[in-house]
Amino acid sequence: MRTAAARRITPFAWVVSAVAVLFTLTLGVSIGAVSLPPLTVWSEISSNLFGTASSSTSSESTIVWQLRLPRVLLAFVVGSMLASAGCAYQGTFRNPLADPYLLGVSAGAGLGATIAIFNGSGTTRFLLPLAAFVGALGAVVLTYSLGRSAIAGRSSTALILAGVAVASLLTAIQTLLQQQNTDKIREIYAWVLGRLSTSGWNDLAIITPYILICIIVLLRYRRVLDVFAVGDEEALTMGLPVARARAAIIVAASLGTAAAVAVTGLIGFVGIIVPHILRLIVGNSYRILLPLSVIYGGVFLVLADILARTILAPQEISIGVVTALLGAPFFLFVLGSSKSGSVT
Amino acid sequence: MTKLTVRGLQVDLASKNIVSNIDLEVSVGQWTCIIGPNGAGKSSLLKALAGIIPSTGEILIDGTNMRDLSQRDRACWIAYVAQEPVMPTGMRVFDYVLLGRTAHLKMLATESPKDLEITHYVISELDLVEFIDRDIATLSGGERQRVAIARALTQASPIILLDEPTTALDVGYQQEVLELIDKLRNEKKIAVISTMHDLTVSGLYPDRLLLLAQGRVVASGSAESVLTPENIAQHYGAKVSVINHASGPVVIPERNN
Repeated sequence: MRTAAARRITPFAWVVSAVAVLFTLTLGVSIGAVSLPPLTVWSEISSNLFGTASSSTSSESTIVWQLRLPRVLLAFVVGSMLASAGCAYQGTFRNPLADPYLLGVSAGAGLGATIAIFNGSGTTRFLLPLAAFVGALGAVVLTYSLGRSAIAGRSSTALILAGVAVASLLTAIQTLLQQQNTDKIREIYAWVLGRLSTSGWNDLAIITPYILICIIVLLRYRRVLDVFAVGDEEALTMGLPVARARAAIIVAASLGTAAAVAVTGLIGFVGIIVPHILRLIVGNSYRILLPLSVIYGGVFLVLADILARTILAPQEISIGVVTALLGAPFFLFVLGSSKSGSVT
Repeated sequence: MTKLTVRGLQVDLASKNIVSNIDLEVSVGQWTCIIGPNGAGKSSLLKALAGIIPSTGEILIDGTNMRDLSQRDRACWIAYVAQEPVMPTGMRVFDYVLLGRTAHLKMLATESPKDLEITHYVISELDLVEFIDRDIATLSGGERQRVAIARALTQASPIILLDEPTTALDVGYQQEVLELIDKLRNEKKIAVISTMHDLTVSGLYPDRLLLLAQGRVVASGSAESVLTPENIAQHYGAKVSVINHASGPVVIPERNN
């Protein structure tokens, strides 16, 4: 008799993923104004972690340990968070276009963070993610209620239209605040475009705990996200407390997004690009999609950051610009293919 | 013997009364079918029993008030198959049927080997083994309905609600699905409450019919006593003849000229 097991990631996929992660991390640290051979990179990392002898010069050591590694790891962590948040929003809203940026979550986090920065930046370093979180959660609740009430039919574009409206409104308020505080406008502007450049170990230390917890929570909901696929009514009759589960997932995804936005600014489309490429390869089950989004979201943003650093070297482009350039056409592609009503 | 008892059930949506004063008793092994003209409140009644839409009145199973239970515990008593079950694109038949175990799992838990075993058992019972790896979106109407019923069966609830299980099917699939439901309620000791559109079909398998008009029960009992030309004329506004056949009453609409 033919049998089947519950969906899970195959050992082969794990191996491929491990190789992809190691490869991109090494590449990210190697490439730059001074390119370093992978061996130097690893001997330096190993000397810092385990105290082994290092063959590199002190400037190489600084480049690897103080400049590039924290930046690459930050890109990885933020990419993981944005992709898994996008994936989780897509599952709970049953909407393939959901993404933290397009739902207005990032804009909300941005507004929250801006307000926090204007009210004394030095002391709010650790409060910044919290302020961003309040903004993010407010935005997603607003978007969801607008998207649901505005158009009765559960069209997947209604939610995104609401998200665009909410994002515009919140961004306008943010701009207004900036114009009243012109002394800090440069700082804010660079931040809004998305940046990883000023990052050190400090930024990483601030957001990693938040993001780690959020990702763990989201991963535990991966089976529930599959239940959401049959719609609220049927999920309810199957015993899923729909409202409670959705609230928990939204809170976790928004908190994580807010933490990421608080440090790196607005980086869009990661949450659409990564889960959708994965959908084409591994199918629609969130039991697989969500863990892989965590892995490949990180890989994707490290690669995007390499592009941002190298395309116009020695100048750097904002990473938010790179992801938007890649993501906007991709968004149109997904919009086109989901028009037929195949909401996944 | 598990028994569902409904007393004085009322459904109001947007301050409009949809269904009122419903009394109902169904024991396991029995099949009650709700019929009535469009807009009579058939689907709403079923959804209220399933807990999808709010209602007032008593819903008891063996003395346990369903309103006191969590969504999950309630699902262990009552399963529901929608009129057009959502079949997510790209989901395998096995994964879909496995979702029926949700009621028996803590929210953040994953399925145990026992859950997988129950799922495999139901799939083989319903002759769905050949479809196990198929994408549910590629199934035909009759296959979809069987898969949806399989999902409800893995939920292992003594009461199953079926909203128009055969409306979208041709006569061959219709017969197949109805035979299946009939067999299951007898063998598995399940209480079935369904709605149905086709009056003749509604008289074939169910033990009892409930004729609903404007949200109220206007007739109930055996097919012979409910499916009368008078009842149908009064509540459907249709002129019909009813012929008694060995399988049950046959309702034939008459031409006016």
